[in-house]
Amino acid sequence: MKFTAEINVMPLKEILDPQGKAVTGSMKNLGLSEIQNVRIGKHITLQIEAENKEAASQKVDTACKKLLANLIMESYEFELAEA
Amino acid sequence: MPLNFNSFVAMKFGVVIFPGSNCDEDVIYVLQEIMQQEVVRLWHKDHDLQGADFIILPGGFSFGDYLRSGAIARFSPIMQEVIQFAAKGGYVMGICNGFQILAEAGLVPGALLHNETRKFICRNVHLKVETTNSLITSALDPSKALKIPVAHGEGNYFADEDTLKKLNDNDQILFRYCDEGGNVKSESNLNGSVQNIAGVCNESRTVFGMMPHPERAADSLLANQDGLGIFESILKVAHA
Repeated sequence: MKFTAEINVMPLKEILDPQGKAVTGSMKNLGLSEIQNVRIGKHITLQIEAENKEAASQKVDTACKKLLANLIMESYEFELAEA
Repeated sequence: MPLNFNSFVAMKFGVVIFPGSNCDEDVIYVLQEIMQQEVVRLWHKDHDLQGADFIILPGGFSFGDYLRSGAIARFSPIMQEVIQFAAKGGYVMGICNGFQILAEAGLVPGALLHNETRKFICRNVHLKVETTNSLITSALDPSKALKIPVAHGEGNYFADEDTLKKLNDNDQILFRYCDEGGNVKSESNLNGSVQNIAGVCNESRTVFGMMPHPERAADSLLANQDGLGIFESILKVAHA
């Protein structure tokens, strides 16, 4: 079976996200100063061939842990759907 | 001051070259031409460290810094050999992008985040030598701040509280950003690194990572040889 994973990788809450901070600052220039705490992460999609959803989920989890996210600075979550 | 090579041991260095490495030739120049050591170039797809005694991961932008700095290089074929070599107690040093690769590989603790300012910082900084109890700092004078350039966008060292405590307790912090007089101040912390940390080693003191570039401050033609002491340290005590 073929699955598509939609993965979100975000900087950990306790870590300063300078990119998000800069974007938060620029909201003022749009007249949207009510927007606060912008945080910027990554959205990753991938396709995976696996016997079933659980097997696919395990492999995506390994990919996230080993490469797609660095758990010292980031957290991740993902959803799987049959492609 | 001319180097006295009689007091040095000879070593074979392996410099790993990833696609996007750009300080490899600078390190090779220092080791070969100034330190007069044997150097082998190790392509990232190689599986053989060619009998090198000391591996250096040079600076640059391996794999274009895609995903995170060092994240992709960490899985290059040669890195599996480097990880095994380090596990057996082999000496490995990462400079700048090399430090990021070591951190991604878990060979040194912590991670390198984007600079707090989001600016790429390319200038001389001063470093306080925090310990001489390591191969790369053994011949340095801790009372003298080293002037060595940095060139990085992601040099903001981060480690959690427990890791920091361990690093301090075990004397694993090699360098901190300081002012010209050697005072570690928040103003001298150019990139937001926790506790001004610029370089660390692993627990067994065989793997070293630092953001500044000692190879760019080693040739007398550049009018700054503050980085040379790091290479001298390696050769003075290695294998002793």
